[in-house]
Amino acid sequence: MIGLVNVCFYFQVHQPSRLRNYSVFEIGKDHDYFDNKKNREILEKVAKKCYLPANNLMLYLIKKYPEFKISYSFSGILLEQLEEYSPETLHSFQRLVDTGNVELLDETYHHSLAFLYSKPEFKEQVKLHKKKINKLFNYKPKVFRNTELIYNNELAQYVENMGYKGILSEGADHILGWRSPNFIYRPAGTTKIKLLLKNYRLSDDIAFRFSNQGWPEWPLTTGKFTNWVNAVNGNGNTINLFMDYETFGEHQWSSTGIFNFLRNLPKEILKHPDNKFSTPSEIIKEFEPVEELDIPHIISWADVERDLSAWLGNKMQQSAIQKTYMIEKNVKKLKSPNLLNDWRKLQTSDHFYYMCTKWFNDGDVHKYFNPYDSPYDAFITYMNILADFNKRIEKEVKINVRK
Amino acid sequence: MKVLMFGWEFPPFNSGGLGTACFGLTRGLHNQGADVTFVLPVANPSMKADFVRLVSAEVSKGMKKIGVNSIIQGYMTSEEYNSEYSQSVLKYGKSKNKSIYGKNLFEEVRRYALKAGLIAEHEDFDVIHAHDWMTYEAGINAKKASGKPLVIHVHATEFDRTGDNPNQYVYSIEKQGMREADEIIAVSNLTKNKIVEHYGVPPEKINVVHNAVDFNDNKFEEETFKIKETDKIVLFLGRITIQKGPDYFLYAAKKALEIDPNIKFIVAGSGDMERFMIEKAAEFGIADKVLFTGFLRGKDIDKAYQMADLYVMPSVSEPFGITPLEAMRNNTPVLISKQSGVSEVINHCLKVDFWDIDQIVNKMIGVLKYRELSDTLKHHGSLEVKKFDWNDPAKKCMDVYKKMMNKNIGDRIG
Repeated sequence: MIGLVNVCFYFQVHQPSRLRNYSVFEIGKDHDYFDNKKNREILEKVAKKCYLPANNLMLYLIKKYPEFKISYSFSGILLEQLEEYSPETLHSFQRLVDTGNVELLDETYHHSLAFLYSKPEFKEQVKLHKKKINKLFNYKPKVFRNTELIYNNELAQYVENMGYKGILSEGADHILGWRSPNFIYRPAGTTKIKLLLKNYRLSDDIAFRFSNQGWPEWPLTTGKFTNWVNAVNGNGNTINLFMDYETFGEHQWSSTGIFNFLRNLPKEILKHPDNKFSTPSEIIKEFEPVEELDIPHIISWADVERDLSAWLGNKMQQSAIQKTYMIEKNVKKLKSPNLLNDWRKLQTSDHFYYMCTKWFNDGDVHKYFNPYDSPYDAFITYMNILADFNKRIEKEVKINVRK
Repeated sequence: MKVLMFGWEFPPFNSGGLGTACFGLTRGLHNQGADVTFVLPVANPSMKADFVRLVSAEVSKGMKKIGVNSIIQGYMTSEEYNSEYSQSVLKYGKSKNKSIYGKNLFEEVRRYALKAGLIAEHEDFDVIHAHDWMTYEAGINAKKASGKPLVIHVHATEFDRTGDNPNQYVYSIEKQGMREADEIIAVSNLTKNKIVEHYGVPPEKINVVHNAVDFNDNKFEEETFKIKETDKIVLFLGRITIQKGPDYFLYAAKKALEIDPNIKFIVAGSGDMERFMIEKAAEFGIADKVLFTGFLRGKDIDKAYQMADLYVMPSVSEPFGITPLEAMRNNTPVLISKQSGVSEVINHCLKVDFWDIDQIVNKMIGVLKYRELSDTLKHHGSLEVKKFDWNDPAKKCMDVYKKMMNKNIGDRIG
């Protein structure tokens, strides 16, 4: 099979609304849960180091190479923060979308794990996200990606019913086996929706290994990377390079040469006449699924396990999230926008990720992104806040009963 | 490798972590093939250990045997010793078996140091290893008598013991020990930094060797703890002295009880702040919630840990701190001050600044309230503590010995 190789870039853009150091003494007294000062500081820092320079570079590349295309997925929580703390960054994203070379994806507004705990809540958050994207970018996404590329058959079926044409996930070895992530698949139990899988080797070469001097392939040049891409020619339709946008300038600092790599990559890729850049929707239009892919068990793009253990691996995480979703009925009955908003912001997956004990011994990448000294501190803070939130709910319920 | 070691205490006659550390370390050294002769001010028949030869400074050749029961504890300040002495005199009078020797701690230290020189002349060894200030002069004398290299092992400095209000005499002994020693071992980076800062020692001379913990199996049935039917238990275990922060424990107890009255606070240990603690608990109106056990030994220590839902070490200045490891070994969650050496090496615990009472209470209540937190801490803590085997620090001590011997040979040839 001779044919084109499509390079499909998707960047995740997300920053959580981090919690304040909320102590047991504040329960019942203070209902302000979020550390807006820290959130602003971090957002401003990331905007300066990553979003703004990366956006400028993308704009330049799109102007220089009209064939260059990319896609983004923004969490609603991130967009809110951009609106409040860095309108300049939001504008630059809007300019990128206006070029027509940028596709936007849908996800849960609150970057949550809602699909695992409440389908109605999941659906509402996706709708909220759709609305936000439409409002800020005048754009209607057709492809869905779930938080952290968490995926199974059931999700694909559910999302198909919501009208999406495509869905993204991780090309995990244990589900692919001998199959290649460089083709389109049909999720089991669906008829229309198409599945794009992350080529994690090539994606992680950029996202994780780029600056690793212990890696035999270091330093990664555009020539070397393009050779790997060209090697797929004839043996795949698309190379899905999925990664956090913060890869550029934040995870891989500017001094590593990551921006230069990105600047030179399109030219190098486009040297080969069979290569081009495409967005997920274009891929879906161009190719049919090679076969059905049956993924009954949940997968994700996290860590070597590619499962849920980063968010739900220990008893603290399981208990905290269960107790959060347990109160859904009461929260929704009260019809209070404030309570609903706080409850949803408490669902952001990062809060549970901070409670992870898996890598706490090694002190690796996870520590860098963790505002807490320990997973135990993260749990205590979260549970204190949840205790206060529950008190507010109880109080409101009582008032409603009296009415 | 033959080691002449000077230590002030050895279990079961120890007042705290120093004796525990010496016990574990000598056993680890034995496993590493070292031959350790351990010189105590007084050796007692109940001190049994087949991995080390215990020698009493009392019965060495040419010295007169004076007494048997010492009241000297390694961590006492001189003032404390004097008051214990007068209490002991009142208690034991001049009975034959329980005679007291030495009127003053410094006198004992000096006498011990003199004997150390004589012992060194008669013993065969390669290196000298001295633990804490009480034995530094002994180490120096042994070095003078034998020409063998000396390492001093700093388990605590006078600044830790006295809360930055050092006794000048002790300080000068420490300083002299650090100067005369060929190498220094510090039990943590925290202690290493203190030695550099307060004693002006070049950092290259200091080797950090973190302590470890012994594993024994004293299991107690849950039902033996009747008190737990109604109350959660928070434990303080250590010397009740300014260094250990017992007052912060009490302030935290008062605040925690305002949130949850069904907590009992157990204070295990003895020390010069004991009366202050009892009076303060009464003043706070929580005398019924704070229970004092006195000094615990052996099985009772494990029992206390296992009974507790949380072990708290609020030390103001803790060079290492073996007790959190003991608590973890007993499957008990721990909350420790960041001002401790042990906090450099353990992760699966809660950490606070000792002065931050609100955070102590915040985390304390979290552990008592949420089973899932307590379970996760226990699970990971009991796995993590397995790393702390005495063979590891023993290996590091062996490396220090070898370094000194090579240097010593080099010096002689050169």
